[in-house]
Amino acid sequence: MPNHYFDCTIKPLGDSAIIVQLGEGIDTKIHQKVKSLSEILSRNTFEGLIEFVPAYNNITVYYNPYVIYNSQKGNLSSFEYVSKHIKKLVKQMTINNNESPRLISIPVCYGGEFGPDLEKVANYHNMSTEEVIRIHSESECLVYMLGFAPGFPFMGGMDERISTPRKETPRLSIKPGSVGIAGKQTGIYPLETPGGWQIIGRTPLDLFLPHMSPPTLLQAGDIIRFVPIPSSDYLNYKELRK
Amino acid sequence: MSIRVLHSGLLTTIQDVGRYGSQKYGVIVSGAMDSYSLRLANLLVGNQENEAALEITLFGTTLQFDEDTLLAITGGDFLTTIDGLKAQLWRPILIKKNSILKFHSAIKGSRAYVAFAGGIDIPEIMGSKSTYMRANIGGFKGRALKKGDILSTLDVGEIGNKLIQRLKKEDATWSVDFNNLISFDDNQLIRVLKGTEFNRFDRKSQINFFEKPYTITVQSDRMGYRLDGTPLSLSENFDLLSEGVTFGTVQIPSSGQPIILMADRQTTGGYPKIAQVITADLPSLAQLQPTSTIRFKEVTLAEAENAIYTNEQSIKNIKNAIHYKIFSN
Repeated sequence: MPNHYFDCTIKPLGDSAIIVQLGEGIDTKIHQKVKSLSEILSRNTFEGLIEFVPAYNNITVYYNPYVIYNSQKGNLSSFEYVSKHIKKLVKQMTINNNESPRLISIPVCYGGEFGPDLEKVANYHNMSTEEVIRIHSESECLVYMLGFAPGFPFMGGMDERISTPRKETPRLSIKPGSVGIAGKQTGIYPLETPGGWQIIGRTPLDLFLPHMSPPTLLQAGDIIRFVPIPSSDYLNYKELRK
Repeated sequence: MSIRVLHSGLLTTIQDVGRYGSQKYGVIVSGAMDSYSLRLANLLVGNQENEAALEITLFGTTLQFDEDTLLAITGGDFLTTIDGLKAQLWRPILIKKNSILKFHSAIKGSRAYVAFAGGIDIPEIMGSKSTYMRANIGGFKGRALKKGDILSTLDVGEIGNKLIQRLKKEDATWSVDFNNLISFDDNQLIRVLKGTEFNRFDRKSQINFFEKPYTITVQSDRMGYRLDGTPLSLSENFDLLSEGVTFGTVQIPSSGQPIILMADRQTTGGYPKIAQVITADLPSLAQLQPTSTIRFKEVTLAEAENAIYTNEQSIKNIKNAIHYKIFSN
C-alpha cells in the first residue's frame, strides 16, 4: 500500500525543470513536507542538479538535461531520471516536529512617512492606527518561501482582522524595508521595487545581504514577529549601520 | 589590459551564463539572454564557456583598447567597425592598441556579445559575474556600463596566448558556423511544451495560442517579453500560489496577453503558465527584435530534450574545431 502522506505528483516545467507537488493550498503541515524534502534534497544531490526552489506546497527542481544524459548514458530521458530520483527521496521524508523554528524579531517604525498607507488600512477596518499596529505586531508569521525579490518573505499567519486588498494602482517605487499588507499576506520589500501592497511601516534591517551566506536575513521556516519602534530608533539604527 | 567605454550604447551589461544556486533566496539568475552566442564568443578567445562577456543591446556601444587585445564578437548581425572598417564577426580578432570598436546598429538579431581573452576582471558574487541591476550587484559596480568606465581583463591563458601568436602572423580566415544553433530571422516558429496550467485555459484560447501570431512589443526587456496578439483566457478564474518559474515560461496575466520570462525574470510567479519555450529555442527568441512576430509550435518533451543534446553536441564539436584551428600547423 502506498503511503499517501508521502505522495507527490511530478510535472515538467519545460525540459530543464520539474515541479514536485506535495499538497494543495497554504498549510503548515504541507510546509513541513516542503521543508523536509528540501533538506533531503540538499543532502542527496545528483550530477546535473542545478538548484531547487521551495514554494508553499511544491518544490521546483532545476537540472541540466545534457549532463544527466551523459551521466547515465541516455537509458532514461532526463525527465524520467530526475523524477525517479525525486520519488525515491520523497519516500525518505520525515516530519520532524521537535525541531523548533528560528524566531526573529523585526523592528518596524509604523505610520508617518515610513507607513504612508497605515491610516488607509485603519479607515478600511474602522479601527484606530494604534489598533492596526497592535494587531500586526501581535501576529506570529511563518515564512513559507522567499521569492519575488531577494530575501522577500511570503508569510502566512497575519491576523485576518487587518487583511486589506492591494492598492488599485501600484506605486512605482517602494523603499527598501517597507512592510506591507496585501489581502491576508504581510511582507517586507528588500529592494526598491514597484509594488501594490499597502505600506504600513518600515524596518531598518537589511533583508538582502549579498556578501553573506545565506544571502538573506530571513529563511523559509522562520517565525517572524514585528516589534513597533519609534522613528528615533529607526534613524539611530540606520546611523549605526553607516 | 584595460578597455575604455567611449559610449555605453542603449544597454551594455556584463553577463556570464547566470547566477545559479541562490534562487531559493529570491536571487534571480540573470546571465546572457542568448547563452549560445556568449559561450561561443568565449570559446573563440580560448576562455572557459561560462566566462563573463559584454552583452550589447541593439546599438551604440563604443570601446577603446589601451593595448593589443584578443576578442571575439558573436550574437546578432550588428554593423560593427574597428577604426571605421567593417569588423569580422564569429571569429577571433586581435585588436590593435588604441583602436576603437563601434557597434552602429543591429541588422539582424538584437544582442551582440564581446568576449575578451582571459575574461573580465570583476569579482564573482554568489558564484557569478552577471549584472543584477535591480539589486545593484555583480557586473561592473552592479550596473550597466556608462561612458568613461574602464574595464580590466584577466591574464590570458595558454589557448589564448597561442591564438595571439597565430593572429600576429595573419588574421583568422575561418569563422564559426552558428546556423544550426541560433536563428536570426525576424519571424520565427518558437517550439514550446504545454505549460502546467494549459488545461485551465478555455478551448478557444488553447487553439488560438498555437494558431495566431504574437508580436513582441517594445515593452520587452531582459526581464520578459510582453507579447501582443489574440488575448487568452482561463475557462474559470482560480488562484494560483507563487511558485518557481524559469527562462522561457509563458505566463498569462489578467490582460490575456502573454509574457515570456527571460534572463532577468523573478524567481517565482503566480500567473497561469500556458506554455514553456524549449531550452534549445531560447537563444533564437532572445535575438528577436521588438515588433517581430512569433508563432508557437508544440513539441514533445522527448523532442525538446533531443534538441538540447543535439545543440550541446554541436557546441562541443565547434570547441574541438576551434582547438584544432589553434593548435594545428
